[in-house]
Amino acid sequence: MKLLITGATLPNGEVTDLLVENGRFAEASDSSKGATVIDASGLQALPGLVDLHTHLREPGFEQSETVLTGSRAAAIGGFTAVHAMANTSPVGDTAAVVEQVHSLGRHHGYVTVRPIGAVTAGLSGERLSEIGAMARSRASVTVFSDDGKCVSDALLMRRALEYVKTFGGVIAQHAQDPRLTEDAQMNEGTLSGELGLVGWPAVAEESVIARDVLLAQHVDARLHICHLSTAGSVEVIRWAKARGIKVTAEVTPHHLLLTEELARGYDSRFKVNPPLRRDEDVQALRSALADGTIDIVATDHAPHPIESKEAAWDDASFGMVGLESALSVVQLAMVDTGMLGWPDVARVLSSKPAEIGRLVGYDRAFAVGSRAQFTLFDPTASRVFDVSSLRGKGVNSPYLGRQLPGRVITTVHDGYPTVLDGELVDAATVAESAGRLDD
Amino acid sequence: MTARVVLQPADITRALTRISHEILESVGSSASELVILGIPTRGVVLAQRIAAILESIEPGSGTVGSLDVTMYRDDLSAQPTRPPSPTQIPAGGIDGKTVVLVDDVLFSGRTIRAALDAIGDHGRPRAVRLAVLVDRGHRELPIRADFVGKNLPTSLDERIAVRLDETDGREEVTITR
Amino acid sequence: MRHLLSTRDLDRETAIEILDVAEDMADVAIREVKKLPTLRNKTVINLFFEDSTRTRTSFELAAKRLSADLINFSAKGSSVSKGESLKDTAQTLAAMGADAVVIRHSASGAPRVLADSGWIDAAILNAGDGTHEHPTQALLDAFTIRKRLHGSASRGRDLDGVAVTIVGDILHSRVARSNVWLLNTLGASVRLVAPATLLPPGVEHWPVELGFDLDDAVDAGPDAIMMLRIQAERMHAAYFPSAGEYSRQWGLDDERFNRLRADTMVMHPGPMNRGLEISSRAADSGQSTVLEQVANGVSIRMAVLYLLLSGAVEQGRAS
Repeated sequence: MKLLITGATLPNGEVTDLLVENGRFAEASDSSKGATVIDASGLQALPGLVDLHTHLREPGFEQSETVLTGSRAAAIGGFTAVHAMANTSPVGDTAAVVEQVHSLGRHHGYVTVRPIGAVTAGLSGERLSEIGAMARSRASVTVFSDDGKCVSDALLMRRALEYVKTFGGVIAQHAQDPRLTEDAQMNEGTLSGELGLVGWPAVAEESVIARDVLLAQHVDARLHICHLSTAGSVEVIRWAKARGIKVTAEVTPHHLLLTEELARGYDSRFKVNPPLRRDEDVQALRSALADGTIDIVATDHAPHPIESKEAAWDDASFGMVGLESALSVVQLAMVDTGMLGWPDVARVLSSKPAEIGRLVGYDRAFAVGSRAQFTLFDPTASRVFDVSSLRGKGVNSPYLGRQLPGRVITTVHDGYPTVLDGELVDAATVAESAGRLDD
Repeated sequence: MTARVVLQPADITRALTRISHEILESVGSSASELVILGIPTRGVVLAQRIAAILESIEPGSGTVGSLDVTMYRDDLSAQPTRPPSPTQIPAGGIDGKTVVLVDDVLFSGRTIRAALDAIGDHGRPRAVRLAVLVDRGHRELPIRADFVGKNLPTSLDERIAVRLDETDGREEVTITR
Repeated sequence: MRHLLSTRDLDRETAIEILDVAEDMADVAIREVKKLPTLRNKTVINLFFEDSTRTRTSFELAAKRLSADLINFSAKGSSVSKGESLKDTAQTLAAMGADAVVIRHSASGAPRVLADSGWIDAAILNAGDGTHEHPTQALLDAFTIRKRLHGSASRGRDLDGVAVTIVGDILHSRVARSNVWLLNTLGASVRLVAPATLLPPGVEHWPVELGFDLDDAVDAGPDAIMMLRIQAERMHAAYFPSAGEYSRQWGLDDERFNRLRADTMVMHPGPMNRGLEISSRAADSGQSTVLEQVANGVSIRMAVLYLLLSGAVEQGRAS
């Protein structure tokens, strides 16, 4: 398959043609003949987006999402790689489970699916899972996380940080002190006091991050902090980085845009963990992403069946879907506000998450010879985001009914298109393209 | 839209005086057993005036109170919500008495139906009579007034407005179409 | 008024209207026939996901005095407790033709979810949701205070200048929240007294005075002092060390009761823990309004049911 992209605007502003041949970028001048031409004039070309924090739900929770449906949601959002969290059933804590998820991803072909391994067996927080077996499996797991739960035992966390060094891996911590957040429902503050909802205090996140950066320093290990949500967490990470601690941090699109005020109507679409915080926190997170204190944006895409959201707030599940809306929300919160330029977006949504996850092929975007992973995005578009904008199984998006800027027009994964003219390429064609590449 | 005055202040006073005499005539010697109950809002004012006239003719015959019928209406869900007015039953109660209900305008008869139900929940009078300032016809229930100030044949698209000094600052009955 | 979810939604005029209608309803309770035909043909459903015999019975009596058909749909021990969703329950009640749903739920905001859901068109009446609000309790408390202060001349009056002190577990109290907003709307000044562990986050932004010391609050001579029920299980979650210490610091014992002004109302939403947050002498004294509160509860709930279920035009406008 040969693709010629004409008139694309690269992140650095350069307007150019791009030739894709045999899965890689090639010199556009010579062998463009016979290529399928895609007109990209006026479109922003970005390297394929990499999500370090996705819940694909398969195996075990296929009513919420599957590897296929989650991959399609990712592709329409401009992603070419996702890291699938381990809180499936069975838990992704053995080579067998992570290999299954990995091979489903390869088979469907919309994105590269990289399983994340559980830190502790069964996410129980009691003993380490078979980290080595997962690292050495065909899934080549590099990121380990109990996400959804915090590795709260300090000794276990220390050992995990040390042990993954053996395999060049990283622990991604879901920072939430369990005792300080028993029955917690929303950000603890004036609003939770008025609404009568049990508070999730900022200190429950910040104290765990503080402990973990000190542990990482002590054992000289890499540490990644999932979904930072408070201004205080930003301060701790800033302090740790200044001391040379090898910590990286992510923020979700929703924590860059939405505040706890949305809980006022008890609409469970806005129930998420960590919870939406105050406007001061949102502003601190934006600044931290802009100045590099926060390294990346990750979606924490968390699909749920309708019935688990159609309930009283206390009874509803935590989580929001985010793959389809991530790039638009980042544009709204960071680009349109002048805090990030497109080269920065390429960094926080592609090269840096790939680097943290040790995902190869994302360090030289658009360079001749590199794997062709990219997306063409129309930042001048504006749309009312609604259920028809979603491609995964979950409709628990906090943005339904909101005006969002930008739209993904084309996504190319491993040199073949997964999205064309703003719509997904059908599953059979994508699977066939992926299969051909494997041969 | 034109409003035509059909009763002047003097006409109203004359009508109430005549009604009072007719009431006394109808009860004969048991005038002290009379209880005049006005239906809010303007029926209460009219009841007080009638009671004063009765008292001047025959002392002891002017026992007066008010009877709110809001909670007994059958058309609550067709109307804006209205807070009920207080009901004041005179100290002697209504058991065994002759109750004269007083209202300003008799129209469909539904208010009086509600009033009859309300009376039943306050006691058991010997008899219930009805006095109205204006009877405009168009009854929807088998109800008639015993004492009428003025019969005003109307069409359904006409409006009767009763205004009294105590509630409206002026005194007249008008018909508008 | 379309629903009654929170006392925050009530402006002063509406609140006074409810109290005034309740005065009329109270008059009905003392006449020979204690029943009104007003809500004939209306169906009121008591949907209780939590046990509360007192509140349920009070609503039941209120609905029956207005001649509504009243169904107790106890969620405990029914399909609801076996996993049926709030949505399915609501749709079931809608199919049965409920005109009003009186809901008690352990989750804060459940009545609001029901009102906003589109699953059911009925008027929703919050009878206590989690640790959020209990609006009819606050209304009956305000009614009780007004009645004690102004007797038969209560109609039309607000609570300007009245000082009310609320003592105890404010953090978990829906009664306290509803009272704070309503009393404030009616012009009363509210003082909250509790250990710091039992004050909600952000309470310093509430329109109240705050204190930790009950003795100071007693000596300030409030017009009414409202003692909240303290639940023993709070001890285990480290909110306070022991029942004894709580009682010594924040209980209305005989000594504190003696120091109150002779006309200070002693209020309690019930059920009381005698000897813990309130002494028997205080609870049974002439200053106690505990039984008046119960009686007034029926009048308030009649008033609210009447105002919610009559008036097509109003409902149309609100929706």
